[in-house]
Amino acid sequence: MAMSPRKRAQVFRLVQYAVLVVGLVVVVLVLDWGTIRRAFFRTDVIAEMFPDVITTALKNTIIYSISGFTFGLILGLVLALMRLSSVGPYRWMATAFIEFFRGIPALVVFIALAFGVPLAFPGRVIPGGILGTVTLALGIVGGAYMAETIRAGIQAVPKGQMEAARSLGMSHSRAMISIVIPQAFRIILPPLTNELILLTKDSSLMYIIGLAGADRELTKYGRETMNTFNSMTGLIIVGLLYLVITVPLSIVVRRLEAKAEKAR
Amino acid sequence: MTEPRLEHSAPAIDVQDLHKSFGENEVLKGIDFHVDQGQVVCVIGPSGSGKSTLLKCVNLLEQPTSGRIFVEGIEITDPDIDVDKVRSRIGMVFQQFNLFPHLTVLRNLTIAQQRVRGRGKAEAVEIARRNLVKVGLAEREDAYPAHLSGGQQQRVAIARALSMEPDMMLFDEPTSALDPELVGDVLDVMKDLASEGMTMMVVTHEMGFAREVGDKLVFMDDGVIVEEGLPADVLSHPQHERTKSFLSKVL
Repeated sequence: MAMSPRKRAQVFRLVQYAVLVVGLVVVVLVLDWGTIRRAFFRTDVIAEMFPDVITTALKNTIIYSISGFTFGLILGLVLALMRLSSVGPYRWMATAFIEFFRGIPALVVFIALAFGVPLAFPGRVIPGGILGTVTLALGIVGGAYMAETIRAGIQAVPKGQMEAARSLGMSHSRAMISIVIPQAFRIILPPLTNELILLTKDSSLMYIIGLAGADRELTKYGRETMNTFNSMTGLIIVGLLYLVITVPLSIVVRRLEAKAEKAR
Repeated sequence: MTEPRLEHSAPAIDVQDLHKSFGENEVLKGIDFHVDQGQVVCVIGPSGSGKSTLLKCVNLLEQPTSGRIFVEGIEITDPDIDVDKVRSRIGMVFQQFNLFPHLTVLRNLTIAQQRVRGRGKAEAVEIARRNLVKVGLAEREDAYPAHLSGGQQQRVAIARALSMEPDMMLFDEPTSALDPELVGDVLDVMKDLASEGMTMMVVTHEMGFAREVGDKLVFMDDGVIVEEGLPADVLSHPQHERTKSFLSKVL
């Protein structure tokens, strides 16, 4: 039987939908919904988690991510400016720092800061307690990544902008601060927001440093709940709460990118 | 128009034996020339002749390899000179306008006044508005550069340079990036400036402007000044073969 290509495409699409529907029906019929609910969505566990999971865990994840990101941004900007410096040793130091902390796993950095530093310098502590340690750890890792993004952003600002600023009598640093860096940050807003998402997820690795009580963030909290109630429900809820942070940010990134595309 | 100037007898710009190399490539091969107070000097020549580099050397956006440059009698190639201060007295207008795209028109005009000149906001805004009126864009002060036509952007760029109240203005092919129908507005603003007695050095391809407004015309080729003189003379009776062949292509 001869079919026109268009007709054939239609039939093919119909078949795909049919397979999907049959598959779904089979899954729904075969699955043991009672077991699934007991494993993943135990309402008694969920009731037990609220409101602590919001007021402590979610709050801490947000605080850790934002303070780590802020410190990382400042560090990244300094490293980027060092990378662009005309003084050789500054460039080498920044390059070494960036390559080192991008090259080793974030977890190793966190363990080193939380346990290695106290071993190496007995009696000394990282200032700011838990928040200080977390900010430093996330900031160092985030800063190493953001430095390269910021450097690319600064270099993407047309050379004429610096020339125009200098021709008006601005010093190099004044031109950087007032003219070049503001434009660079507009260019790199989407990748920087992505970096914030990554850092939010990296903050989960902080559970390794032994966060307890009021210092617990989402992952630690979810893990404890899982152990207490012998149910995965805790982790599921925590996972969903990460999405509450990251999905809106992703949408923001997509909007920013679309806007940047339009402005081009 | 005759406010007292520093060392009034000195030329506005005096360039002596200027050389500039980029690596192996020598772009300026010994340039001597001067611009007198209130003079409009136009510089023409084929692309790659070094005329834009010469202009950028005059406010040290390019560092000369050797030679000396005096601005109003002060040697700006002296290593001890405050380069930023020198530049703030020399207005510059670029081929690509180079307005600050993240700032409004008004802010483009006030930022350097405040940050470099140390003027208060009210004073800076007043001077900026006066210069926007001058270039015919008073009603666009809240616009961002991206919302202006090329000709409007270039007029804003001129107003931005004027807001620093410079002693002289450098123009680097100010109309080359413009659609033909927008060139006239920019040239009109420049003519007004010239008639007010502004000292101007203009790298341009606009021979009509050079003939009408210029006090002196300089023809450059391959890093040297081939000939200079009154614009009408150079354009109508070029002395050198290279000038003749260039003019026959552009006129």
